[in-house]
Amino acid sequence: MDTQAKTKVEEKRKTKIRVSGAEAIVRSLLEEGTDLMFGYIGGAIMPIYDVLYSYQDRLQHVMVRHEQGAMHAAQAYARISKKPGVCMSTSGPGATNLITGLADAMLDSTPMVCITGQVGSGLLGSDAFQETDVVGVSMPVTKWNFQITKAEEIPEAVAKAFFIARSGRPGPVLLDITKDAQFAELDYSYEKITQIRSYIPYPKLNLNAVSQAAEIINAAKKPFVLVGQGVLLSGAQKEFKEFVEKAEIPVGSTLLGLSAFPSNHSLFTGMLGMHGNYAPNINTNECDVLIAIGMRFDDRVTGNLKTYATQAKIIHIDLDNAEIDKNVKTDVAIVADAKQALQSLIPLVNSNTHKEWIESFSELRKVEIEKVINKDCNPTSGAIKMGEVINKLSEKTNGEAIIVTDVGQHQMASARYYQFNKTQSLVTSGGLGTMGFGLPASVGAQIAAGDKRDVYAFIGDGGFQMTIQELGTISQLNLNVKIILLNNNFLGMVRQWQDMFNEKRYAYTELTNPDFITIAKGFGIEGKTISNREDIDKTLNDLITHKGPFLLEVKVEKEANVFPMVPAGGTVSEMILE
Amino acid sequence: MEKEFTLSIFTENKIGVLQRITGIFTRRHINIDSMIASESEVKGVYRFTIVVNCSLDLIKKVHKQIEKQIGVLKAFYFTNKEIVYQEIALYKVPTKSFSHGNDVENLIRNHNAHILTVEPDYIIIEKAGHKDETQELFNKLLPYGILQFARSGRVAVSKQIKEITAYLRDLEEASLYSEKELLLNNK
Repeated sequence: MDTQAKTKVEEKRKTKIRVSGAEAIVRSLLEEGTDLMFGYIGGAIMPIYDVLYSYQDRLQHVMVRHEQGAMHAAQAYARISKKPGVCMSTSGPGATNLITGLADAMLDSTPMVCITGQVGSGLLGSDAFQETDVVGVSMPVTKWNFQITKAEEIPEAVAKAFFIARSGRPGPVLLDITKDAQFAELDYSYEKITQIRSYIPYPKLNLNAVSQAAEIINAAKKPFVLVGQGVLLSGAQKEFKEFVEKAEIPVGSTLLGLSAFPSNHSLFTGMLGMHGNYAPNINTNECDVLIAIGMRFDDRVTGNLKTYATQAKIIHIDLDNAEIDKNVKTDVAIVADAKQALQSLIPLVNSNTHKEWIESFSELRKVEIEKVINKDCNPTSGAIKMGEVINKLSEKTNGEAIIVTDVGQHQMASARYYQFNKTQSLVTSGGLGTMGFGLPASVGAQIAAGDKRDVYAFIGDGGFQMTIQELGTISQLNLNVKIILLNNNFLGMVRQWQDMFNEKRYAYTELTNPDFITIAKGFGIEGKTISNREDIDKTLNDLITHKGPFLLEVKVEKEANVFPMVPAGGTVSEMILE
Repeated sequence: MEKEFTLSIFTENKIGVLQRITGIFTRRHINIDSMIASESEVKGVYRFTIVVNCSLDLIKKVHKQIEKQIGVLKAFYFTNKEIVYQEIALYKVPTKSFSHGNDVENLIRNHNAHILTVEPDYIIIEKAGHKDETQELFNKLLPYGILQFARSGRVAVSKQIKEITAYLRDLEEASLYSEKELLLNNK
């Protein structure tokens, strides 16, 4: 060995320090840029928490009230901060409580690194106290997972976890670490991982496919673009806008794609799918070219696949090759990051106009305004509608706030009536449709937003009660979360289906609710209930200027239905208006 | 239309990869007809051979999901025409079944089977072949008494020209390329 190489090796050896596995975990998290994490302490993870105690100045830990809350908070934090969400819990029940959040993050492609404690390696498989096969249980809902049984494995495992979570199509990963591996010492040094042989996060761009796509787009008379969360994840908002403006193509958005493209842009036609807008659904079956970018043709978007856009040529741009031809057969597929694909596509598409085609959306929009939107947003009699509250808040905040939702009718109303004029503005549970997502998610969203942006959480009375304990977290941290509880004393979306498809047989959907304001007060959170239309305006003004957490309960119409609607498995162009 | 497909899946030798692969079938309600795993011609690279019956459309989707798993290096699906395959069967028969003339001896000769071991009480016969061939010998031996019968999963090699070593070189390059992209995007 020559002297130079020798010195290098020695230098490297010098940088190794002797630490416990628990400390190695914390140091590795810091190496990956983690400065905030969510979690819940318990027996098998105590050694790591003991280290966290000494690292509080560098790594903040948010102690939630239930592990599921830690997951949703970390997911929301990831979506707003664009950093992987980090979540920690103990073994057994602590770990199984993460599963809903993992499944949610898996379906919604959210980068997450979860660390669970595990019983000592000598006890594995012995049904020890709080032992669960977490690697086995979480396998279908993680992009990757791994059990650490030796302290020496820690640096590489953490580096791999972060690399996998945030690269390619992002997703959740889980590291399960036995208690003895947390106690044992290792010679610690850290190196980031940027390559795994069996993993190609960014495949080589097929330029041939790009030029084929451009050719089809240039020849199109009635092109239509679908924008999905992939555009947000790749940070391709600028390129996306440039692309649709250059070729003048109207845009429909998936639920998770909302805020990738401004709602007030003249080419924006609304949300796709079951409770989306009328024009983009009807015209899905009228367009001659459908260009889907960073979306996966979820069944809530497509309805019946046999009748979905069969007249159109399909161009699908997605980073995940397994999404290509999964639901909708494509004519041209570009397996690439949205930004990279758009950068090479833009120079090849012609500047164009599609005046008549765009007008056809406006005509359909007029129908929806008359039949649905006016009734939802500008009612003059009867109980308060969800739509008018959301629409009012949208006007008052200029469509620039961060909106967090739970799941159900209020979620669809929020997606429909909040104008997302600023990017990265909606945090919602899309693929999994997790009731109880909203309140903990508002914790993570608010922490990520800091004092830069305001966070409003629209939540229904059903979902609110699923994770209501996180009011404790909000209160303890005095987070500036404005909760707008749209209370109809029903599991509204299910009740709507019972109304439409089960002859109003309201099986177990009506709720006898507690006094939510008293509950909030118990947590030290101020609150107010309104049920009259004339109070909306002033109350929202007060809410906007209020400092600190606030619960605004709005008693809304009990049996209102969300329209328009494509019934499950129905044809998108046969969307019903009332 | 359902058809028999053989999947050859090359993976890293890591705990859990098998469960990730079988989970893909379970989730889609596809029954695995046979499965075997062992080290391939490349050290440290394992080859899974899985036989399933499903439609072409479904096998294409399953194939993509398998290749998506981290730890899976490369996966292929083949129709029976595209591979050379074999199974092995062991038959444990009572030694006394050989005492009725040379019936059993002829069966062994005619089916290209051979005897592995002879004990006072039993004899072990081995036969390699396709499932229908090992099954045929089973049926013929049945009247003489079969104490035990075991058949392996399918082993298969493809007729395709490009070998896994070449694919592995491509992979090294492709995953490196992704590193460049990663730096480029500064993610």
